[in-house]
Amino acid sequence: MSDDIVLETRDLTKHYGGVHALEGANFTLRKGEHVAIMGDNGAGKSTFVRQITGVEQRTRGEVIFDGKPVHFAGPLDAREAGIETVFQTLALADHLDVPDNLFLGREKTKLNWLGPFRLLDYKAMRQDTIDGLNKTGVKIPNIRNTIQNMSGGQRQCVAIARTATFHSKLTIMDEPTAALGVQETAQVENIIRTLKEDGEPLILVSHNMRQVMDLVDRIVVFRRGRMVADLKKEETDGQDIVAYITGAKTGAEFEGAA
Amino acid sequence: MADTSHGTGGLTFDKSKRSWPNELNILLALVIIIAIFEIIGQVAPYMNGQSFLFDTKDRFDSIFNEARLQIIILQVAIIGIIALGVTQVIITAGIDLSSGPLVAATAMIAMSFGQTELVNGFPNPKALFGTWAMDLPVIVPVVIGLAFGACIGAINGTFIAYFRIPPFIATLGMFLICRGIALWWSGGNPISFPTESYAWIGSGMMPVVWFIILAIIFQLIMSYTVYGKHTYAIGSNEEAARMSGINVRRHKVMVYTIAAMLAAFAGIVLSSKAVTAQAGMGEFYELFAIAMAVIGGISLQGGRGSIIGTVLGAMVLGVIRSGFTYIKLDGSYQLMAMGGIIIAAVILDQYRQRNKA
Repeated sequence: MSDDIVLETRDLTKHYGGVHALEGANFTLRKGEHVAIMGDNGAGKSTFVRQITGVEQRTRGEVIFDGKPVHFAGPLDAREAGIETVFQTLALADHLDVPDNLFLGREKTKLNWLGPFRLLDYKAMRQDTIDGLNKTGVKIPNIRNTIQNMSGGQRQCVAIARTATFHSKLTIMDEPTAALGVQETAQVENIIRTLKEDGEPLILVSHNMRQVMDLVDRIVVFRRGRMVADLKKEETDGQDIVAYITGAKTGAEFEGAA
Repeated sequence: MADTSHGTGGLTFDKSKRSWPNELNILLALVIIIAIFEIIGQVAPYMNGQSFLFDTKDRFDSIFNEARLQIIILQVAIIGIIALGVTQVIITAGIDLSSGPLVAATAMIAMSFGQTELVNGFPNPKALFGTWAMDLPVIVPVVIGLAFGACIGAINGTFIAYFRIPPFIATLGMFLICRGIALWWSGGNPISFPTESYAWIGSGMMPVVWFIILAIIFQLIMSYTVYGKHTYAIGSNEEAARMSGINVRRHKVMVYTIAAMLAAFAGIVLSSKAVTAQAGMGEFYELFAIAMAVIGGISLQGGRGSIIGTVLGAMVLGVIRSGFTYIKLDGSYQLMAMGGIIIAAVILDQYRQRNKA
């Protein structure tokens, strides 16, 4: 194995009781690579993401991140290791402003001997937020505004901006534009392009064929809990992918699956 | 900053649409309420041109009716101390009903370690324990009282955070338990004759001093510390708080513990002020404390509100109570009117929030 692999899963499997939600997924992601995960509802996309990010515990298999086998006890472990996830349900606190949300749970503080009553370093957090937003090209009219006063697109951008602010090693986005309008979707896609230019690896879970063909280098298709295709963007097209998603075709190396 | 100040999707920020702080509205309400009482006093024939706010005795050293203002703030100070804790609980989208009985139970327990041995040369007629518990330094009853409060709060928090019992039910149970403890502690007898230093805690305007000091401390804590930020975050979106790595359960236990310690301190101050402790003390205090927070703009859905708001809410409640007495409104009408005002405050606040979004 070459050492430019960021994430690798071997035989990653998840059973919910008798339901085989994910079966023997062998997946690799290289440095700077953007990979899309596609598949029908219930194909195992989200299950796959949940095993990697520690939201759930896998039944079997290995996850190798940044060269080391990892066992994340929870999403926080994964985040500390450098995997930043933008979940379908945005994990934002509505009554707090942008820096508060970016730094929630890992605030910059002063006078740390005060324990839970240590002081927040608002100034440093604001500066880091502005830097992070500039880096991703996220535009938010006023970072002191609370999340409840923001549009869906802006909220999504705030969630994504965490990635840039904390220099994560891997970003995972679970349908980031599912609930957004045309312009807001364009804004999020621009951020993804910025991440690509910066060489930040990304896993994008999406249903949007145009978006996927526009943005990523490689497309992995799941069907009924199994990986059925691993396609380079240049070597495939929309119709081909749909054939894999619906089960009309199965990749040669995945014969025998599903 | 300049780069982040414009949007691509026609999303611009209009500074003029930014609503002013909620606290200003409550302050405005407070001024209007005082003005209404002042006008009633001047206009209503049966009031003989009295003044609610100003000094009418033709003294030269004061403009305001200081006696009335002192009574207003003294009346709200002790419940106000409880309200500071209740505010934090409500910000996490919880509720604490146990504070009133906790005041009584703490008053009994603390006072029983704060008694003086000799009253006018005779043994203390209300002595609960032997001479070993007499004339102890004042720190002993205070620490015991606060420790008791901390235990009750920690139990509340543990049931709510770890056993997933709704805060309403957990603290309702604790409400009865604490009232029971207050009765059981001395078999229903009042505990009296505290030491001089214990009596000092709640003497004169001391309750107001404690209230103001604690209000300032907790306003700063809620605005500038990790504890405060996490309290707001949990109330705003508990799931997000958990995903962000905040130990939500531990934090909730801490919030309920601090709230109960504030209620316990209120019990110490109250028993000291009354120079006696009775099991029936603090009746309805929990409800008035919640009312202060709600009038002060603390959302019961959590995530929103401030200590300053609660202090103003306490002042509104105090002014209304005092004002009703001043315009000679019958006690029964006072209760009805106050109930109406609390409901109206919440309706107004919800209406304002809807229009804001």
